Amino acid sequence: MNTPTNLTRRDFIKVSSVAGAGLVLSFYLPSKGEPLGAAAAAPAFAPNAWLTIDTNGIVTITVARSEMGQGVLTSMPMIVAEELEADWKNVRVIQAISHPTKYGSMSTGGSFSVRGSWQNLRNAGAAARELLIAAAAQTWGTETSACRAENGTIIHTSGKKLSYGELASKAATMRVPTSLKLKDPKDFKILGKRLRKLDTPSKVNGSAKFGSDIRVPGMLFASVERCPVFGGKVTSFDAAKAKALQGVRDVVQIDSGIAVVATSTWAAFQGRKALTVQWNEGQFAGQNSAAIWKSFEEAAKSKGSIEDYAGSAENALTSAAKKVEAIYYAPLIAHATMEPMNCVADVRSDRCEIWVPTQSPQQVAGEAARILGFPLDKVRVNTTLLGGGFGRRLQTDYSSDAVRVSKAIGAPVSVVWTREDDMQHDWYRPCTYNVLTGGIGKDGWPVAWLHRVVGPGSRGLVVGGSTPPYALPNFQIDSHIKDIGVPIGAWRSVGPSQNGFVVESFIDELAYAAKKDPFEYRRHLLAGSARLRRALEVAAEKAGWGKPLPAGVGRGIAAVESFGSAVAEVFEVSVEKSGKVKIHRIVAAVDCGPVVNPDTLEAQVEGGIVYSLSAVLKDEITIARGRVEQNNFDDYRILTIDEMPKVETHIIPSTESVGGIGEPGLPPVAPALCNAIFAATGKRIRRLPIRPADLQ
Amino acid sequence: MTPITLTVNGKKHTVEVSPDTPLLWVLRDTLGLTGTKYGCGVAQCGSCTVLLNGDAIRSCVTTIADCQEKSVTTIEGLSADSTHALQKAWIEDDVPQCGYCQSGQIMAAAALLATHPRPTDQQIDDAMQGILCRCGTYPRIRRAIHRAAAQKGGKS
Ligand code: FES
Ligand code: FES
Repeated sequence: MNTPTNLTRRDFIKVSSVAGAGLVLSFYLPSKGEPLGAAAAAPAFAPNAWLTIDTNGIVTITVARSEMGQGVLTSMPMIVAEELEADWKNVRVIQAISHPTKYGSMSTGGSFSVRGSWQNLRNAGAAARELLIAAAAQTWGTETSACRAENGTIIHTSGKKLSYGELASKAATMRVPTSLKLKDPKDFKILGKRLRKLDTPSKVNGSAKFGSDIRVPGMLFASVERCPVFGGKVTSFDAAKAKALQGVRDVVQIDSGIAVVATSTWAAFQGRKALTVQWNEGQFAGQNSAAIWKSFEEAAKSKGSIEDYAGSAENALTSAAKKVEAIYYAPLIAHATMEPMNCVADVRSDRCEIWVPTQSPQQVAGEAARILGFPLDKVRVNTTLLGGGFGRRLQTDYSSDAVRVSKAIGAPVSVVWTREDDMQHDWYRPCTYNVLTGGIGKDGWPVAWLHRVVGPGSRGLVVGGSTPPYALPNFQIDSHIKDIGVPIGAWRSVGPSQNGFVVESFIDELAYAAKKDPFEYRRHLLAGSARLRRALEVAAEKAGWGKPLPAGVGRGIAAVESFGSAVAEVFEVSVEKSGKVKIHRIVAAVDCGPVVNPDTLEAQVEGGIVYSLSAVLKDEITIARGRVEQNNFDDYRILTIDEMPKVETHIIPSTESVGGIGEPGLPPVAPALCNAIFAATGKRIRRLPIRPADLQ
Repeated sequence: MTPITLTVNGKKHTVEVSPDTPLLWVLRDTLGLTGTKYGCGVAQCGSCTVLLNGDAIRSCVTTIADCQEKSVTTIEGLSADSTHALQKAWIEDDVPQCGYCQSGQIMAAAALLATHPRPTDQQIDDAMQGILCRCGTYPRIRRAIHRAAAQKGGKS
């Protein structure tokens, strides 16, 4: 049966024809945080997405979100194509060019792209389908009820057919119905199918264009020498030797440092090595990791600002039968996208064009306009493919470099960061110091939960995801936000990435203190949170929770709901004499509501697990003399193919609302792994990354 | 400076750059073959992997002087129309996520298949562990290599 959905305004979707041939349907997608009905209340209709059908039947969908491997250039078209009854072979996708208002927010983050547009993309596809049906009915002089849409054609009950291409122009003259029938999920032909991503062919033959692959006529290459200490500034510099090098064209000072401009990236890199720069290292020149942790420890002695609470945890603790105390440390970590930061800018006297792998094209444009003193409409930002995003590319530091250099030299320029620049000038995940105090009653169930967190950056980055999902009669979370002079930003899965570790490890500690099974303990306490409880149960069942394991192997579980999806993971691990952790098996259970593309879902869960494992098992970012100590992939290592554990992903059939999938797979990784290590060895990991020395 | 002559994807090129310039930057900035990627510059990530006389090498640490009179194959030259068994397998298994590392992955896999037409998992580990993928496509890379090997094996 079809589900009718009422369009609140006739104008919600607009129809026009494209140069007299074909159909253009423009519609509105709400931005992050905006209620789905907001468009209806908007004073003027501003369509922010487009669907066109040309006379050859080619369906083109414009996507305003950035493609960074999460598959958005495929998943969003799939949603439209489903309701449209399009022939998937004829579906194309275009990356939208930045616009200040047309698309609402164009930021890509928070695993929001699909869940934020799900309903409206379906509406748009359904509206186009109805227009095509109406056009066919008119052509045949029959009722629309005698026509149905299938695979890019409208079919009459008599068997006669017209293709979408044949109908497109006429459809453009039809009126959008005020009430749309959306398909019953059981009739889905495209959604829920394992379709290959539309951009895959370009990624196996070298034709895919990332930011660093953009070549513009007359373009030069530049590389910027930055103060190794955060916040440091240039005092003076000598560029004579650099300028004498073959290929070096110019050396210019910009806000972030000294830019060497050359005819090739290599010449620009070489030019940097030949520079002599004197820095004023600024107020953080003496900063180091030990001092940061010490200042956090000091801060944690006093109560911070209350973030969330229920009942009175402090009072309840005094009457607890047993008290459990622990301190958890989450380190600074870098994004290390495979493609280092880069941007191409072409600044002219009155306008500017930018090509950039960004998660925030509008912020890039805004910053460029501010730097240049141009009105926003004189700045055009083309979003290229992103060689990884993970939150790093929400920032505009690297695009502003290119704008400033292009302005200074009066030519288009590609600014490419070295891996070392990228590693040492990231916006790191906050390091946090967490004091946990738990009280359990005589029956073993928690009576009090206190979590004091100290960290840098913003409250959202430090505190996000710290509220336990469990039925706790008394809990309290308080925080201190401390500036440490290190840029802090969103790292794939953000707050839950470190708070998932803290919360899901500490609940494990309480379960063991209560002498209860950690799975059953959680399950009992999740009685009021059906979705997460179900994920927990599925993961446990698929992993064979409770079944005997070989000697030395332990099982750990963790469940976290984030970005609208519930994910539970079970790890099986053992620890070698050397302290090396060996992961035998990972089972993940995911409830993200309706599934767009199970193949992409699995890839995202697997990829998220690997991304998180690198952070948990390899290296952290440390600070000495105000600078990052790590340089490259030799001292900030990431997992390699031979270290990749087997991941089994189980998708839970679900009628829950649509959730994200790029991030929710990460938060359970660290706690499930550390809980398994505890089960295997009796050693509780409270500080990441895991160091073999801690487990010897 | 002395011009250096090399063959890239079957085409002869003479380039005039400083002899210590890494092959990577000649490919990307001089010849415009941007399919080969820069990831670390110090032979730590494998994104820049190409074939030099058939061997997988890190083009970021191979000077152009060392390519004199040699033959280079990049991702653009692996096949004329994306029909190399590895490319087909890569599409079949929808391996890439962001895609940035994939040229290096495919070129390393091409060298592996040339010496081990039916590689074991261990041989895949040995050949591929130097090619990092931040997106975590490793399980699919393994699957696609086995698939390509099986396909090629069918013919030989
Ligand atoms: S760029 Fe050559 S190995 Fe990383
Ligand atoms: S696909 Fe993104 S780094 Fe490998």
